[in-house]
Amino acid sequence: MTRLERSVAAAAIAVATLFAGAGYAAAQVKIGSVLSVTGPASFLGDPEKRTLDMYVEEINAKGGVNGQKLQLTVYDDGGDANNARTFATRLVEEDKIDAMVGGTTTGATLAMIPVFEEAQIPFISLAGAIQIIEPVRKWVFKTPHTDKMACEKIFADLKRRNLTTIALISGTDAFGKSMRDQCVAVAPKSGLTIAHEETYGPRDSDMTPQLTNIRNKAGVQAVVNPGFGQGPAIVTRNYRQLGITLPLYQSHGVASKQFIELAGPAAEGVRLPAAGLLVADKLADNDPQKPVVVNYTRAYQQKTGQAVSTFGGHAYDGLTILVQAMERAKSADKAKVRDEIEKTKGYVGTGGIVTMSPTDHMGLDLTAFRMLEIKNGDWTLVPDTGS
Amino acid sequence: MAEFLQFAFSGLTVGAVYALVALGFTLIYNASDVINFAQGEFVMLGGMSTVFLALAGVPLPLAALLAVIATIAVGLALHRFAIEPARGASAVALIMITIGASIFLRGAAQVVFDKRFHSLPPMAGTEPIRVGGAAILPQSLVVLAGAAIIVTLLWLFLDRTLIGKAVIATAANRLAARLVGIDTRRIVGLSFAVSAAIGAVAGILITPITLTSYDIGTLLALKGFAAAMLGGIGSALGAVVGGLVLGMLEAFSAGYLSSQYKDAVAFLAILAVLFALPQGLIGRGRVERV
Repeated sequence: MTRLERSVAAAAIAVATLFAGAGYAAAQVKIGSVLSVTGPASFLGDPEKRTLDMYVEEINAKGGVNGQKLQLTVYDDGGDANNARTFATRLVEEDKIDAMVGGTTTGATLAMIPVFEEAQIPFISLAGAIQIIEPVRKWVFKTPHTDKMACEKIFADLKRRNLTTIALISGTDAFGKSMRDQCVAVAPKSGLTIAHEETYGPRDSDMTPQLTNIRNKAGVQAVVNPGFGQGPAIVTRNYRQLGITLPLYQSHGVASKQFIELAGPAAEGVRLPAAGLLVADKLADNDPQKPVVVNYTRAYQQKTGQAVSTFGGHAYDGLTILVQAMERAKSADKAKVRDEIEKTKGYVGTGGIVTMSPTDHMGLDLTAFRMLEIKNGDWTLVPDTGS
Repeated sequence: MAEFLQFAFSGLTVGAVYALVALGFTLIYNASDVINFAQGEFVMLGGMSTVFLALAGVPLPLAALLAVIATIAVGLALHRFAIEPARGASAVALIMITIGASIFLRGAAQVVFDKRFHSLPPMAGTEPIRVGGAAILPQSLVVLAGAAIIVTLLWLFLDRTLIGKAVIATAANRLAARLVGIDTRRIVGLSFAVSAAIGAVAGILITPITLTSYDIGTLLALKGFAAAMLGGIGSALGAVVGGLVLGMLEAFSAGYLSSQYKDAVAFLAILAVLFALPQGLIGRGRVERV
């Protein structure tokens, strides 16, 4: 070949590849995710990432959504809301995603909301605080139960045990702060008094000073710990170390076996509200959630060799709700998908039965929460709390 | 009284870790004028290596020993490949090199280990000991005892052995030490190795209480450095005193003031001491007779 022919051939191949590449990309539905795979929220973000990877692979193996394969892009914000915001912008501007399932922590989610609202991309969050969906924002949804629901469920259990004076020790992260605010707001309605409050930083390694103050406060009958990640594990260990025997309640931010591993024998007797997923095998056979949670548990354990956590379950719910909405909308068009997500009715997920509406972008009610107690290093259902 | 004791115990425990990190800083600074910001990573490596070796089936005492040896190797490598080639550089450049090394070690730890939190079983029982209404974990006593033993051994080494005297000589005047026949390069390498060992032991002792993960090094290095400054950089006793004082300040401000400000209070106190006593609480001038 002459030099000219060779150049023309090379150019032709390049152009063909370009078109082929573009053609291939256009046939994929792009889903973006920003998760806290590392950092203090790693035991939330890591199962979320594994779950998303697992199920995107499974969906693609079955042919994808509306005949198109899913392309998942996951970024790790390390538990830092600033990073999350940067990645969100990258997902919108460079990766040009069609939808977003992510935001492990409340802080990350709140930081990313303006980005997705402006870009008009449906965003299903995996974080806990109620401010994510209240006030309702057009493009933002979430799958986990809210912190307000956690407070209500815990307070209902406290009332049942005739414990009316409590102390709070909260993490200063966004979720801890938000749940603490919700508990303070809900307490009078439930007839409870908050006698004392303490806080700790999410990366602190010793909470004995704060717990000592709580222990010395007269009249405290139980302690509630809003927070997630490493902090509550250390609080629980310090709690037993100081010999405090009052009932301790955690939030659903610790709903993972890793919490029990980290807290060790100190976790015995701790109660928390959580999704039925954690006690999948112990649910009643006629429980509508049972088939879904048992399947997810088995699939997750088989694929990763690790025990399930509700966080992976929330990611599963988020992805499934999104995919079902895309199938109903018969397209990946952002506005149509958003409308269909809002029309989710009676979806049986790992977190509960979801029915969304224009005024409710989460779709769960208090029955989706079960009260669990940690016994012998495992989750057990607390009896007569209803399902 | 009981709560004062409780805060004091918590402060002493975390203070002992800061003291050991500060000791590592002081040792390397004395021998080579380098502030080694990778010191925190030595602590992390000690804890994480032990955890992962134990998970792989190695019996715990052997795992701890291997972890310390591995960390010493990392310390020597740091000196040989990062510090030694940049021998003539300015102090700021050397500090930046150590910061870069710490970032590298943190990243490598994520890949070699993992990103989760880990714990080790306590070494002296799990039942807290009640003293005057306060509870102290047996592990805290282990940490304090370990710190005391390390400080004593270090003092004996520096004061009673010839190599120790060589370290002091190198710290006092490098050129004079070389003229007298001391291989200053080996001495600096030795100081890195000993600092790494101290850091690793601290990491192993503290993990049963504070848990470990790949990124605990950063904050520990900062606080350890602050403790060393507080006590007077260049003085081993100062490092220990600075660490314990810093730990107590943190615990008392968390208990009596608010846990939100405990980090701020500790650093403010250091600023105050440095304004009033620039050489720190214990530090003397830099000149020492050998």
